[in-house]
Amino acid sequence: MSAKGPSDRKYKYVGTRPIRHDGLDKVTGRAQFGADYSLPGMLWGKVLRSPHAHARIRKIDVSAALALDGVKAVITGRDFPDVAAEAAEGGEGANDFRDLAENVMARGKALYHGHALAAVAATTARIAEEACKKIVVDYEVLAPVLSLDAALAPNAPILHEDARATGHEPLPKGPSNVASRREMGRGDVAKGFADADVVVEREFRTPMVHQGYIEPHAVLARTGEDGRSVVWCCTQGAFMVRAYSAKVLGLSTDMIKVIPTEIGGGFGGKTTVYGEPLAILLSRKSGRPVKMVMTREEVFRATGPTSGTHIRVKMGATRDGKLTAADATLYYEAGAFKGSPVGAGMMTVFAPYKLDNVRIEGFDVVVNKPKVAAYRAPGAPMAALVVETVMDELAEKLGMDPIDLRLENAVHEGVQATYGPKYRAIGFVETLRAAKSHPHYRAPLGPNQGRGVASGFWFNAGMSSSANISINEDGSAVVITGNPDIGGSRASMALMAAEELGIPVENVRPVVGDTEAVGYSDLTGGSRVTFATGMAVIEAARDVVNQLRARAAQIWGIELDAVGWEDGHAVPLNEVPGAHEPLSLKQLAARAGSTGGPISGRASLTARGAGPGFATHICDVEVDRETGAVTVLRYTAVQDAGKAIHPAYVEGQMQGGAAQGIGWALNEEYVFDKNGAMENAGFLDYRMPVASDLPMIDTVIVEVANPMHPYGVRGVGETPIVPPLAAVANAVQRAARVKLAELPISPPRLLEAIDRAS
Amino acid sequence: MKIHVHTHVNGEPTEFLCAADRSLLEVLRDELQLTGTKEGCATGDCGACSVMLDGRLVCSCLVLAPEVQGRRVETIEGVAKGTEIHLLQRKFLEHAALQCGICTPGFIVAAKALLERNPDPSEEETRYWLAGNLCRCTGYDKIIRAVLDTAAELRGETR
Amino acid sequence: MEEIRYEAPTTLARASELLRESGARVLAGGTDLIVQMRTGRAAPSVFVDVKRIPEVMNLVLGKDDLWLGAAVPAAAVVEHAEISRVFPGLVEAVDLIGSTQIQGRASVGGNLCNASPAADTVPALCVIGAICVIAGPKGERRVPVESFNTGPGKNVLEAGELLVGFRIPRPGARSSDAYLRFIPRTEMDIAVVGAGVAVSLDANGVCTKARVALGAVAPTVFLVPAAVAALLGSRGEDAALARAAAAASAAARPITDKRGTVEYRRKISGVLTKRAAAAAFERARGAGRA
Repeated sequence: MSAKGPSDRKYKYVGTRPIRHDGLDKVTGRAQFGADYSLPGMLWGKVLRSPHAHARIRKIDVSAALALDGVKAVITGRDFPDVAAEAAEGGEGANDFRDLAENVMARGKALYHGHALAAVAATTARIAEEACKKIVVDYEVLAPVLSLDAALAPNAPILHEDARATGHEPLPKGPSNVASRREMGRGDVAKGFADADVVVEREFRTPMVHQGYIEPHAVLARTGEDGRSVVWCCTQGAFMVRAYSAKVLGLSTDMIKVIPTEIGGGFGGKTTVYGEPLAILLSRKSGRPVKMVMTREEVFRATGPTSGTHIRVKMGATRDGKLTAADATLYYEAGAFKGSPVGAGMMTVFAPYKLDNVRIEGFDVVVNKPKVAAYRAPGAPMAALVVETVMDELAEKLGMDPIDLRLENAVHEGVQATYGPKYRAIGFVETLRAAKSHPHYRAPLGPNQGRGVASGFWFNAGMSSSANISINEDGSAVVITGNPDIGGSRASMALMAAEELGIPVENVRPVVGDTEAVGYSDLTGGSRVTFATGMAVIEAARDVVNQLRARAAQIWGIELDAVGWEDGHAVPLNEVPGAHEPLSLKQLAARAGSTGGPISGRASLTARGAGPGFATHICDVEVDRETGAVTVLRYTAVQDAGKAIHPAYVEGQMQGGAAQGIGWALNEEYVFDKNGAMENAGFLDYRMPVASDLPMIDTVIVEVANPMHPYGVRGVGETPIVPPLAAVANAVQRAARVKLAELPISPPRLLEAIDRAS
Repeated sequence: MKIHVHTHVNGEPTEFLCAADRSLLEVLRDELQLTGTKEGCATGDCGACSVMLDGRLVCSCLVLAPEVQGRRVETIEGVAKGTEIHLLQRKFLEHAALQCGICTPGFIVAAKALLERNPDPSEEETRYWLAGNLCRCTGYDKIIRAVLDTAAELRGETR
Repeated sequence: MEEIRYEAPTTLARASELLRESGARVLAGGTDLIVQMRTGRAAPSVFVDVKRIPEVMNLVLGKDDLWLGAAVPAAAVVEHAEISRVFPGLVEAVDLIGSTQIQGRASVGGNLCNASPAADTVPALCVIGAICVIAGPKGERRVPVESFNTGPGKNVLEAGELLVGFRIPRPGARSSDAYLRFIPRTEMDIAVVGAGVAVSLDANGVCTKARVALGAVAPTVFLVPAAVAALLGSRGEDAALARAAAAASAAARPITDKRGTVEYRRKISGVLTKRAAAAAFERARGAGRA
């Protein structure tokens, strides 16, 4: 309709900050999250988990559990069908369904401490727990593999004897813990390094860390006499739960309806299934609804943290700061089954910089730890940590301002990315300039204080979404999409619909639909909802507008082409003024019944052209040289959002991602004992930032429109976690005059580095 | 033998049956269907289960249900009065101080307790008071702003 | 399954009787006991809720001493303006016990009886000479706080005994205390090291009495006489503080666990002793914070 580009357009509702539609329910405690549902006759399900990190399961005897009063069903791996090893796109990485099924419930081997071996449904949770204790398992305990080094050592115990490494040669022959090795690159790195005046090489190890969502996984499943199940669960994708559960259980997808509840955080950790297939199967076997809620300990031990890594990066530059070559080797832990985000790490590692000569090598390595799942920009933060510390060291050696060094080499429109495609309009340079001119960058620093700068990139995803919009008789609208709202996206859907329809956003009700209420939608993740589902909402709204125009045309007795839509009204075009008064959406809605019936619009699409998101962060810290304690004094996050539909929620994503990155940098890590059991499986010793650990986080939203979205939207959810690891590390390195090589920068580690340096 | 407990919840006389080792959190959610109070950890480390017990801010996961015999319990469901929400709740919405919303009930109960004790907290005091409430979505910035803004407005100042 | 019982006695005698049952556990704030029960480290057969016994819940600052009932919630101690003025180090320690929510329930008595080597209030109690008052089948007895715990999770209480509270003498003129602990975040962590220092000065600002206690670096909290020797006769100058720090580091017997290594804890023992001593001196001179 309009030939105007997204950046020329003046918006009436988009860009404002209305109160979110689900807000009242959330601040009063009425909103129902995964564990808040109950049904009459409900049973409680509990899981028996492996006490060994690596063991062959010779026999499981559930008879004593079944005999316990109150126990209504018990399942083990034997109750599941064999699943073919077909790959499937999971939204933020491919999934192998056979691995997924085996992760949900062990078959021949327990592959990590906490691996599900059996599950019980009983009349109370306490009885279900007691029953689990009565299940007798005969193990052949095997030596566990608990680190990358251990996994790659000669004669290492092998997790999957039948698997063979895939990817690019050279590959290990025979059984190994290397699931895959890939290499990519272009140009001539040897020549590039030879042409460099300065070469810097750094190496970092980062630990396994968890997304840390406050809501443990929860599911309630009910199966009818016809074998059809209804599932309430907190998930990032109802259609994903349906598809994955069906695959794992050998059912057709139409046998399962999934109703996504409100979700208390996901960050990628709820993009797969854990308890859902168990609850469905237990409800089938017992004939009663089954509720399963994970404990916090189970969340840590048996869901999907992200990879620990070992990454080496080498970069060379001329004395004027032009990068000439870059080389990276990345080792990522996949956990018990193949599939770490090393691929994304490889693609993002040098993506912000113009480089003709690049070589990148990545290894996906299995270890006896929980199978990793997506964590906000999966694979990217660890890679950015090392690149951005190399860039900081290059800047120091070259005597250049760290932002200037990045400006000198920043990618922009037309540059071919190191991971392949040519960039369209992007806002990296704009974020660097905004960071440089921010007062934070000029704020004075005191003794033992330091400032770190780092940039980051995430591709953002498109994928498929559906939307239905119905117009009510009173002219209000209901927008149904299939994407659970993890960050306030519902409000953005309403804003975009309001913008297209031309009605106030308070008159638009956004609804998150279940798998029977709306067309297929890929899950919430990949920073795709405002972009792709927003696109579907806009298209559905335009469908509605066309129908409204047609009704007006009918009422006025003129051609459809002669009817326009402006500011929520059908207006006659090319006519004598006053011939026909404009008709509002409300008026047309009131007459819908007599002009052809109810009005509703729909769209199902696969969104193309997701715009990459760039960010630059500035972090100031103070170091206590006697204890190694780090205080974050000041933090500023600058990010290109393309077009901020609801600026407050864009700011929220930036602040939340920064906070997670700060925790990852300073204190978060999985600590394993020598048998592979996590020692700190609780919020006491898995140390996420608390309110007193952080300052206010200043945000600057830059808007370089994504030309592929009607409003210029780029995804914003994941980019914010990419820069902070390096922003913090660079700040600490400058404050303490040390060189770091490991995360987290916990006080004992930093003190050791300080003592070594002096 | 279950214990018959008589107590007051959000100003209403309330009774329930419970085993001795059941937590107040479990009883609120499962027996009384007051699911606004959330379980994040069951070990007192996240504050999602915050309630007021005899006027003191506590984690309900670390209170045994029988302990509330004859005592006063206030939960998130009692913060709004009828259809009128508390200023704190309004400020949380205006400042976009929630994303997923799971920690919000705990924060509101805790922040309300702060403002009732200290009508003019500094940013630092507010952060330390709320250190027992974990949020993973917001980085705390907008939450702290919402609380400080509420305090200012209650004092009659405008920001 | 044996059914667990809950009892709420209103007298010390009844509580003592209940505590003679095997598996009976005192329930004060529950912030240790309930956590241990949920994680399988404790399995009480009967909860003896002592919070309805008046002596155990009393908090009275008298002319000569402070009576701190064993189950008084930390928040009540921290809110008490006078106690904060007279015993700043003790209140500092109590205020560090945990979050606001934990302080609404956790008690100093429970903190001591739980006998974690890292208990925050214990070093502070040691340096101000707190006396534990114990009630039991054989009547009342008193034990200095530094002798109360005998190992991780172990204390001197026998069957049927319970800690009623603490009697803490008021400090004399020109006397004060300080407590510092080291944690990786700013809140919510178990102490990696805790150091308590109390000093008394003469009219010239010279230290005539001192006590130094370390927590989280040995199976129980312990006093450090060698650090005291470094402080006596000094005015709290850097050299004296450095000597005290060195003595503390040398005396520490830490382990390596998920919260800290031996080397790190030794170092921090010294750093915190030095800083706590400096704070105690400053307060004792009257120039410190109110």
